[in-house]
Amino acid sequence: MLKYIIRRLLYLIPVLLGVSFIIFVLFNLVSGDPTAVLLGKNATAKQMMELREQLGLNKPLFDQYLDVVKSAFTFDFGRSWATKQEISHMIIQGAYPSMALTVPAFVISTVLSLIVALVVAFYRGKGIDLFVRFLCIAGVSISALAYILFFQYFFAYKLGWFEISGFEFGFPDFVPYIALPAIIFILLSLGPDVRFFRTVILDEIYQDYVRTARAKGLGEIVVLLKHVLRNALIPIITYVVIQIPTLILGALLLENFFSIPGLGGITLNALNSSDFPVIKAMAILSSVLYIILSLVTDVLYTFADPRVKLK
Amino acid sequence: MKENSLWKDAFKRLVQDRMALASLVIVIVYSLVAILASMGLIASDWAKEVGASNLPPSIDHWFGTDIFGRDVFAKVVHGTQIAMSVGLFTSLIAIPIGVILGAVAGYFGGWVDDFITWLYTTFSSIPNIMLLISITMILGKGIFAVYIALGATSWVTLCRLIRGEVIKHKEREYVQAAGAIGGGHFRKLFLHILPNVTHIVIINTSLQFQFAIKSEVILSYLGLGVQGEPSWGTMIDDAKLELARGVWWQLAGATFAMFLVVLAFNLLGDALRDSLDPKLKGK
Repeated sequence: MLKYIIRRLLYLIPVLLGVSFIIFVLFNLVSGDPTAVLLGKNATAKQMMELREQLGLNKPLFDQYLDVVKSAFTFDFGRSWATKQEISHMIIQGAYPSMALTVPAFVISTVLSLIVALVVAFYRGKGIDLFVRFLCIAGVSISALAYILFFQYFFAYKLGWFEISGFEFGFPDFVPYIALPAIIFILLSLGPDVRFFRTVILDEIYQDYVRTARAKGLGEIVVLLKHVLRNALIPIITYVVIQIPTLILGALLLENFFSIPGLGGITLNALNSSDFPVIKAMAILSSVLYIILSLVTDVLYTFADPRVKLK
Repeated sequence: MKENSLWKDAFKRLVQDRMALASLVIVIVYSLVAILASMGLIASDWAKEVGASNLPPSIDHWFGTDIFGRDVFAKVVHGTQIAMSVGLFTSLIAIPIGVILGAVAGYFGGWVDDFITWLYTTFSSIPNIMLLISITMILGKGIFAVYIALGATSWVTLCRLIRGEVIKHKEREYVQAAGAIGGGHFRKLFLHILPNVTHIVIINTSLQFQFAIKSEVILSYLGLGVQGEPSWGTMIDDAKLELARGVWWQLAGATFAMFLVVLAFNLLGDALRDSLDPKLKGK
């Protein structure tokens, strides 16, 4: 077990170096010299030199790359060009509203999708299965933007059931603000989630051990919950855990539409003001989280399926 | 007895499925519209003022007019060209990279495989949306950056799938036979194995197309996509402000146009999987 985890941990190093390299190439090599943009057209050569020094742009390229790698460990991303704030500070502030929205919505949508997937797997091939399948495909074919626009317009603006936009810190003050975006989040996740869960459940349902379980007289529900679900757990764990980095990013579009001051909002503001360090920081942060969580899934596998650690 | 090849057989099964056939027709119609629009034969006058501002849908203007009195239907048609071109160019970038890297990794194994596996693990470790935003921002806003960004993110899935399939195929008898009669690595891999895994490329492309179209809409909405011409994303962005004034047709037009083609690609992808990959049939 420990050996397995250590091997997985060691594998993270080249991946982390690779991710840092892509980000370094994009933001330090391709993006060009930002000093002219930052200082405006009246900048003197001296000012530009000073700024380059300040931003660490006159360092050798290898040192600049090392800075990117270092920031993946220290989370010290420097300052924003637009707001001059410490980026790590901005991220800590933005994490709260983002997670207030995404964490409950994510938990509810995952549980709900799993339940729906089990129900349609139980009735596989029947009318309700076909109906839900079609609904899922149709649901994912509509742009997320259309859902958000329509729901915000209809339920918040027209009917006035929810706050149109904004956010307040502290539970339960934020509930009226996050309720509608959370509902939209759940709706948007249901389609792909149910489709995926249904496929992995049906992958198992035709296996021999399931036939054996039925043959020894177990009811279909026990077979589904105790045998099929247990064995479908590995792809389900992967699918669920791998989504978590995007949660911390916040629901980018939802935060934008509902003016929630979370990480998604920060990212989009940075986008509009060409605030490269912030985008760079978000890219590094979400990648590091992804890498850590992929390790977590690997460890969870060993609990879901003890055969894994022998490989 | 008439002999049916895999492809003929698959095609027959596909057209027997009415839903798949309808999807195929929709995809073909959208492609034709996109081709005609790119040749300037239709909707080239989308920028022309054809009536009063914000007219609701009517016989003359099926989707109404926008705030500048431009025909929304013509804008939707122009947006079709943008959307389909994004699907096409993304595939043209992603397929060669994904297929070649995946095939080479699966076939040769060893350090080549380790390197390519590392490469796609690295790429997939950066959440898609962050990579898309970063690339489009750095390359400068515009449709060209969208092609590159989507191409750079979408070869990964294909590469992984092809690699897995090539690993399964490389020890099969037909490949050994090809080797026995003197076929080299290149011949075995590209002439013998690859034709047997092309179905993966086709299924994946159908699903890739809809992902590219959806992503273009979001990137354009964020202001990173096309500049100065209508796409479904920029139309939805415009609609954001109009909706409160009761102007719903621009949103509806763009959303419906996108819904139909994305639905068609989704259904087609599923149907292709069923007909080309018999193992998965009925799932």
